[in-house]
Amino acid sequence: MTNNTLQDLIGNWFPNPEKEVFIEPVTNKISESNIEASKSINSSLLEFSQEASQFLNITVQPEQFYALMHLLKTDEQTQFDYLFCLSGVDWGEEVGVVYHLESTVHRHMIVVKVNASNRENPILDSVFDIWATAEFHEREVFDFFGIKFKNHPNLKRLFLTDDWDGFPLRKDYVDTINMIVK
Amino acid sequence: MEGTTKNSNFKTEEYQINMGPQHPATHGVLRLLLTIDGEIIKKVEPDLGYIHRSIEKMCERDSYQQIVHLTDRMDYLSSNINNEAVCLAVENALELEIPDRVKVIRTIIGELTRISSHCLWWGVMGMDVGALSTFFYGFRDREMINDIFEETCGARLTMNYNVPGGLMLDLHPNFVKRVKKFVTHFKTKIPEYDRLLTGNVIFQKRTKGVGILTKEDAISFGASGPVARASGYSCDVRKHHPYSALDKVTFNEALLTEGDTFARYQVRIQELWESLSIIEQLIDNIPEGEHRVKTNAVIKLPKGEFYQKVETARGELGVYIISKGTKNPYRLKFRSPGFSNLSLLNHIAVGGKIGDLVAIMATIDLVIPDIDR
Amino acid sequence: MTISIIKNSHFWFFSSAAQGTMSILEMVLIALVYLGVFSVAGLFLVLLERRIAAWFQLRVGPNRVGFQGLLQTMADALKLVSKELTGTVKADMFLYNLAPYFVIVSSLMALSVLPFTKELQAFDINIGIFFLIAISSIGVIGILLGGWSSNNKFALIGAMRSGVQTISYELSVGLSLLTMILLTGTLQLSEIIEVQKEGWLIVQGHIPAIIAFMIFMISGTAETNRAPFDMVEAESELGAGFHTEYSGMKFAYFFLAEFINMFIIAAIAAIMFFGGWLSPFGITESIPWLGVFWFLGKTLVLVFLMMWFRWTFPRLRVDQLLTLEWKYLLPINLVNIVLMALMVWLNLIIKV
Repeated sequence: MTNNTLQDLIGNWFPNPEKEVFIEPVTNKISESNIEASKSINSSLLEFSQEASQFLNITVQPEQFYALMHLLKTDEQTQFDYLFCLSGVDWGEEVGVVYHLESTVHRHMIVVKVNASNRENPILDSVFDIWATAEFHEREVFDFFGIKFKNHPNLKRLFLTDDWDGFPLRKDYVDTINMIVK
Repeated sequence: MEGTTKNSNFKTEEYQINMGPQHPATHGVLRLLLTIDGEIIKKVEPDLGYIHRSIEKMCERDSYQQIVHLTDRMDYLSSNINNEAVCLAVENALELEIPDRVKVIRTIIGELTRISSHCLWWGVMGMDVGALSTFFYGFRDREMINDIFEETCGARLTMNYNVPGGLMLDLHPNFVKRVKKFVTHFKTKIPEYDRLLTGNVIFQKRTKGVGILTKEDAISFGASGPVARASGYSCDVRKHHPYSALDKVTFNEALLTEGDTFARYQVRIQELWESLSIIEQLIDNIPEGEHRVKTNAVIKLPKGEFYQKVETARGELGVYIISKGTKNPYRLKFRSPGFSNLSLLNHIAVGGKIGDLVAIMATIDLVIPDIDR
Repeated sequence: MTISIIKNSHFWFFSSAAQGTMSILEMVLIALVYLGVFSVAGLFLVLLERRIAAWFQLRVGPNRVGFQGLLQTMADALKLVSKELTGTVKADMFLYNLAPYFVIVSSLMALSVLPFTKELQAFDINIGIFFLIAISSIGVIGILLGGWSSNNKFALIGAMRSGVQTISYELSVGLSLLTMILLTGTLQLSEIIEVQKEGWLIVQGHIPAIIAFMIFMISGTAETNRAPFDMVEAESELGAGFHTEYSGMKFAYFFLAEFINMFIIAAIAAIMFFGGWLSPFGITESIPWLGVFWFLGKTLVLVFLMMWFRWTFPRLRVDQLLTLEWKYLLPINLVNIVLMALMVWLNLIIKV
């Protein structure tokens, strides 16, 4: 499926309730401001982007995240059953996770990004029960970024020792002993 | 059997054993915490981090040419292919036009690296199940490839022959002749490998029906490479997302459906034949041209995200670069094949015996620096 | 000539002084000679294994120390003697120290009954072959003690596996030798070789004898814990098996005992199946002392065969090992005995 068809399909799964309000016919005359206002809000709660990347990127809020992932795997037309890359990223103000998914049946690929709402104590849902590979990858993200995953069976540090202080791959990580010399 | 264990007065206890970081069978510094009951394995818990060198953090401060040098310390048995991955990511981001000569040479050297890695894998596989002499036979053939690399690329293990923009140096004049000689020599050796190990009854009994991985599990655990192909999942990156000169060659993807240790073994032996076939198709017609395209001394990728997949000897290596337009990547993530393949271990080794665990680990072919990065 | 020296010294010993002391002295002397010869022989077997292994693996092997590496194991033995004897604190010290002696003593005792040539045999008792099998069973105790007293999980697992393996394969060894006893009608080793003057037993017994030989070689290799049955000390798995905690001289005892056991198994096969010190077709019948060379030659060919197995085949898993014995070798052995008994009764033996 092409990126645009995917965008339409997935966007329709999570329609934006705010958009609904503007579509109600209030008056017989539709004023200019109403039309412009309705265009500026996304028809879906998800944000799509195809620029600066070779795949279709979806940015989702943590609340709809698990439902979206579940639908992406189970829906017949998308069937994204192969999670091939799970990376944590520190965007500067927020920390988040980027998921690269592929479908073994339709052979299309997609990228899902989710940012945690709180930088000090980031919590996201674990997708371990959807894709079994996420278990190790999420432990790695917890180890390096400090993002906790709900419902993860064994969330502890993977590479570093258990008593390590801090999260090394964050941009504001300072470690005077094991520093990477610039 | 179940009735006896429930009603018997003798209770067996589970105990924990360390297959410690220094161990002849774990191919690197991997610690496995095994919970076993007699001879049956109940749980396998890997403990990683013994060779973690924070490569991803280092990449955030290095230039792109320097990053190439870090990649071949990850999976050192497919070092050329790792280098190719980063170079391709950078070249695709900059939209450089790479000459055909470079593409063909990169593919030939990539396939030679794959053969060299599989030779070592075969030698070590025999050694792990007990046939100690196979180690020497595998290494003898690997030496021939190492000598070819030493002459052309300058090093035997960590080559760094690929740079963003092409190759560091042009081919040595002896290269074509030596590779052809190697191909004819190796074609007589693979049947020897088959006679020594594949056809051996003891070996087959140790590996058939052991460590079965179904196709759904392979996909769910993110397996790639020969591990996944032995379970029936067609995932060869060279077929689905071809790069360099791989779209110009014809070869078969080695696919089997049983998913046991013997199937994984056979897939790799089949891959040896396929790699030889690819080299033969390319070695006679290397196009003339430049060996390097000029890039800026300081490479700055445009703003955006770039992902490049390649097929190393272990599976699918992914390079994910997030760039903000500066001379260093903002975030660089290596999706290593061994990491996902290791997560399978608990699933398929449970219920088997310790001897089975060793055979399974030999066929999953882990290289720990690849996992720990 | 050597035989006459021994006969003369024998006579001289007995003629002078009291018979009791002299016979004891004679026994002690012969024991010391055997001890000396076979410790050194054990060392040379180790060197032989290393050279043969190197040949299979396209390498050279040790050839620097002494002419063609002949003094290599001497150097290794000196190193082992000078090593620190580490022991774990919690190990049961008495049993820990006792265990290696069981294995080495049982191996050396078995050597005493081997016939090297017509009159050159230290201990020619009328239950020769039975004695040999019984003695080699004592070695198991040493292995189990060593594993248990080391107070080490890995050593214990290794010792248990080894114990199970050895007692299972002893059955096959005994039964396959029993098949040949049906042909000879006697347990005494020198008599067995006398019977073979009419043709080696493997020829006399044709089909059942060949089957018995193959079973004997397989079980003999398993008895000595050599590959492909060396799951016990599988290096790529759990450390070094039952002798993990041993170092220095005690480790050397275990190690040497393995090689001497291998020699004994090969020697028994040479005696029971291939005529011991007899030459083929009696060509050097008139020169009795050449029998030593024939005997050693046959034994060394079989030793080479066992080394060949080790460096070629992968290992069997423990449960596959035991399945092989109990489900395959034992039934075949029992059928073979019946077959051989039939043959002897119907007088279908080939006499050369």
